[in-house]
Amino acid sequence: MTGFLIQGVSVLGAAPSDLVLRDGFVVSAPDGTEDVVDGSGLVALPGLVDLHTHLREPGREDAETVETGSRAAALGGYTAVFAMANTSPVADTAGVVEQVWRLGREAGLVDVQPIGAVTVGLAGKQLAELGAMATSAAGVRIFSDDGFCVADPRLMRRALEYVKAFDGIIAQHAEEPRLTEGAQMHEGEVSTRLGLTGWPAVAEEAIIARDVLLAEHVGSRLHVCHVSTAGSVEVLRQAKARGVRVTAEVTPHHLLLTDELAASYDPVFKVNPPLRTAADVAALRQALVDGVIDVVATDHAPHAVEDKECEWAYARPGMLGLETALSIVLSVLGERWDLIADRMSRTPARIAGLDGHGTDLAVGSPANLTLVDPSARRVVDPAELASRSRNTPYTGTTLPGRIVATFLRGEPTVLDGKAVK
Amino acid sequence: MIKHLRSAADLDLATATLILDTAGEMAALAGREVKKLPTLRGRTVVNLFYEDSTRTRISFEAAAKRLSADVINFSAKGSSVSKGESLKDTALTLQAMGADAVVIRHSASGAPHRLASWVDGSVINAGDGTHEHPTQALLDAYTMRSRLGRLAGLRVAIVGDVLHSRVARSNVLLLTTLGAHVTLVGPPTLVPRDIAAALSPATKVSYDLDSVLPDMDVVMMLRVQTERMQDSYFPSAREYSRRYGLDLARMRKLPEHAIVMHPGPMNRGMEIAPEVADSSRSTIVEQVANGVSARMAVLYLLLGGKA
Amino acid sequence: MASPRADTTSKIILGESDLHRVVDRIAHQILEKTSGATGTVLLGIPTRGVPLAQRLAARIHAFEGIDVPVGSLDITLYRDDLRLHATRALGKTELPGGGIDGRRVILVDDVLFSGRTVRAALDALNDVGRPSSVQLAVLVDRGHRQLPIRADYVGKNIPTAVSESVRVSLLEVDGLDEVKLTGGDK
Ligand SMILES: [Zn+2]
Repeated sequence: MTGFLIQGVSVLGAAPSDLVLRDGFVVSAPDGTEDVVDGSGLVALPGLVDLHTHLREPGREDAETVETGSRAAALGGYTAVFAMANTSPVADTAGVVEQVWRLGREAGLVDVQPIGAVTVGLAGKQLAELGAMATSAAGVRIFSDDGFCVADPRLMRRALEYVKAFDGIIAQHAEEPRLTEGAQMHEGEVSTRLGLTGWPAVAEEAIIARDVLLAEHVGSRLHVCHVSTAGSVEVLRQAKARGVRVTAEVTPHHLLLTDELAASYDPVFKVNPPLRTAADVAALRQALVDGVIDVVATDHAPHAVEDKECEWAYARPGMLGLETALSIVLSVLGERWDLIADRMSRTPARIAGLDGHGTDLAVGSPANLTLVDPSARRVVDPAELASRSRNTPYTGTTLPGRIVATFLRGEPTVLDGKAVK
Repeated sequence: MIKHLRSAADLDLATATLILDTAGEMAALAGREVKKLPTLRGRTVVNLFYEDSTRTRISFEAAAKRLSADVINFSAKGSSVSKGESLKDTALTLQAMGADAVVIRHSASGAPHRLASWVDGSVINAGDGTHEHPTQALLDAYTMRSRLGRLAGLRVAIVGDVLHSRVARSNVLLLTTLGAHVTLVGPPTLVPRDIAAALSPATKVSYDLDSVLPDMDVVMMLRVQTERMQDSYFPSAREYSRRYGLDLARMRKLPEHAIVMHPGPMNRGMEIAPEVADSSRSTIVEQVANGVSARMAVLYLLLGGKA
Repeated sequence: MASPRADTTSKIILGESDLHRVVDRIAHQILEKTSGATGTVLLGIPTRGVPLAQRLAARIHAFEGIDVPVGSLDITLYRDDLRLHATRALGKTELPGGGIDGRRVILVDDVLFSGRTVRAALDALNDVGRPSSVQLAVLVDRGHRQLPIRADYVGKNIPTAVSESVRVSLLEVDGLDEVKLTGGDK
């Protein structure tokens, strides 16, 4: 195992110093055998942790695999990603989550942590074997039917209660299904003009309001996926003020893009929850800074070409996120490195109970980190992405920041901006 | 000249007026029993219909043929379209055939926009989902102008299922461009509260048909599909027609000169009483004839010049 | 269409009074050749053929007190060169009350050049009626015919190069009466 000496790097924006990585940890001094990495002009962050990634394997390996998604993650500065359960077959048994976990370890580019389904087949009828997934080799802690809402209030209550036995957490995709039948985009002026069925903000807010009350009632933890509206932020703000154990995530795209983009009818902008209004974007940014929203999670959702190069109504919702997330957050928050580390590494690792990630780069810490060149600018070209899919909404946009290197337990997964394997 | 007609918003006042004036000339030619003009000889117009609409397809076909274009009907039935070929693959086929214009009818809103990104020819929207139907709006405007002599300042009520109506959207946009004043009328479930902000801020909204009628020059009744009842947009056909149907008693509330329009097909007895549909105020029959003239004008203006 | 004519190499061929004299002469020739313009209809080809036809009718009335019916015949939809230009707005086709069947139709246009406009006009005429005969009156014949067409009444023959252009301005359309020869150097 080689050691690395990163010279003159700015840790979280501090004055340049040297960082030494050996045997998977940050150590105090070099011993002269290390490979040298020029860190001048670069900022070191603890390796990013994504609580919300769709890796599509098993089932849709034409859109993404654990390996290609892992590579995209490493290139985005991530050292751990949580893989959503809506695969085919659904990750609702110990067998499937162990398979995904093992594929992740084999790829060896990031720690792939499977999320287990809450209900069998994501059908919202019957609890999956949550305990078996928790005690499997994958050690599942987060459970989610993401893609679908656990809409039945009694089932949601039971799930929240049940996972307390193994310190689990339910991550809810908040969408009241009766209010979003046939929904295509945010319900508002733009949907009315475009003649696309609306996805009203209240369909998200009503579920979050219900779920924080349920979590409060049973004394459980709740995590809210991809919060997208100003109204949801207010519900969360009040719940947190009351002491409800709720955490929430926002995606990079909901921090930047608005429903006006649907006017092209290009389904690359179709996503669930949908892109909202500029007022929602402003509220989400403020909530992320305030801590009402705890983390940024990508909701990286690769889709094959035929699922996007079609009519809007027939397209699948979702957009790529792993390789652009840090740049988007950088453009939204500016170079507030400690805040970025908090929202993209420390807090997601803490929510997930993930040891060895999200720790600051002090001597003795696990060497999970990423090096960013904040002065670099890049124009997004879908053809250059490591993801197997091409559905980025940022094609042709110039974004700030570039990931120069990523280390997982002291080993480089990305060097000189390129994946090492 | 514009290249595509995907939305009535593609038309500014000058272009819309040019189309209506041209439609007038086309109608005059039809009046002189000129069956066929050589204008678009050698040009290919494809009718790409994913939804059954014999009326609209025949209207476009007649318009294209009167201008001597070669017409290819590519209907969803019995073609590769129904065998699951994607719109993009179909577009590439049409492109290879050298289509100068594609007239598309599709159940998905925005399909004409997608198509326009894949073909070089002009794309004409013949109705897309719950979005727009711009040539219907043109023939409606033409009909109003023929009957009432002007469009600027006309007061037009559009009544019914505005939420799901592509005819309503296109009419609001076009009529506003042409200087008419539009009032949308229907139950609140079917008239989106942000419709004015979405389309044209000057648009008025009313839930009370009786109070609106005395001020109108034109009342346009939209087709209301009875299956909307299942989705609780309104309780019953009976209640709908009592509150928003145009019967003889209501028609008498209109000013003497006012006309009654309907884009068809009608639900007689639901949104419009048979005696009203057949009255002298009704323009329903001439709307059909005007459809051919308006579509000839669009085809000529989009295809009659340098590509 | 009238457009600003900022040309460097232009020459006035007919001034205002020349133009009026030429119109008068055509009117006289029509009276002569048609034995008093009986059974005759003047059809102007938009844009400038229409006011020319109206002037001819007015002059004929002034000279002999005869009312010749005037109409217009738009030929845009019959052109064979549509693809060479941006889309044109249609002109008006308005036939006089008595129609044209069995009458002598005199087509009136400003400039006779390739002959294609007249060819299109004959096609258009064919679709709107059946005249007993068709004649052609033009203000200017500049040569370079591409079809076997000739005018029955010519105001002025102007020898031109193909690269030159003849610009007819009429008071009713352009705000002044004159004919200019311009260009050569494109
Ligand atoms: Zn989701």
